[in-house]
Amino acid sequence: MNGAHDMGGMDGFGPVVAEKNEPVFHADWERRTFAMTVAMGFYGAWNIDMARHARERMEPGEYLRTSYYEHWLHGLETLLVEKGLVSAEELEARRAELAKKS
Amino acid sequence: MSAHDHDHDHSDVPSDLALRVKALESLLVEKGLVDPAALDILIDTYETKVGPRNGAKVVARAWADPAFKARLLKDASKTIAEFGFDGRQGKDMVVVENTDEVHNMVVCTLCSCYPWPVLGLPPVWYKASPYRAKAVRDPRGVLQDFGVTLPEEIEIRVWDSTAELRYLVLPQRPKGTEGLSEEALADLVTRDSMIGTGLAKTPGAKP
Repeated sequence: MNGAHDMGGMDGFGPVVAEKNEPVFHADWERRTFAMTVAMGFYGAWNIDMARHARERMEPGEYLRTSYYEHWLHGLETLLVEKGLVSAEELEARRAELAKKS
Repeated sequence: MSAHDHDHDHSDVPSDLALRVKALESLLVEKGLVDPAALDILIDTYETKVGPRNGAKVVARAWADPAFKARLLKDASKTIAEFGFDGRQGKDMVVVENTDEVHNMVVCTLCSCYPWPVLGLPPVWYKASPYRAKAVRDPRGVLQDFGVTLPEEIEIRVWDSTAELRYLVLPQRPKGTEGLSEEALADLVTRDSMIGTGLAKTPGAKP
């Protein structure tokens, strides 16, 4: 399946800009998203190709607008819901609950 | 123009992401699907233990030991495993050698495939659109973005990684490094030189 992720050779993205002394992660939510994704990979409900496909199925505009670990978060939530391990309602309810506390 | 006069979706702001990730983790922990202590170990491993210093050791040995280099170019996965650098996102490795005629560059146009055991997690630019788009079309332009200009007669080969196959560039050994120890040689090997967007450092040059 093609998509926004298949960008090899595309023009218009501008120069490559490398960050000096870049940290491995830029925020704690990136750390947790990385670790949960790897841990759920070991859990074995899906393989690496399914994990990639879940990120690549993001709506193309959204894919281009969002950061790398947002793709991972989207992929992880998508697979968890599709495999019936977490429901979309549970996620929504927990977010609302935490938002009220913060 | 006010600070809020822009058209992006406010659900993208980091605080919302932090909340979304917290909600997800609390559910996964509650369901017994992940263990927070195991997550901490994973983070610490990739934040402090696995990184490009691993790859630099491999490159330095290849510079110092011709027999090792021959094995590395023939069977990278097995030879790198001699250091204990193996496992996730790097089981099947290929090492490509830079010479006076050929310069190699590694990309993953579709996502972010990268040899974790020898380089750690990839930097943001490696995973971002400009590099993924440009590396296969204009590798010399990419090198210029990194401040590197190679002679026109050098052929540039770009390797597009996959989930199954990951590449490591063996940079050229800098001149004037005869007699240096493996440890001193490893200090000259930069992460970017092993991706192919840079060259190894020359002794005494500024980092």
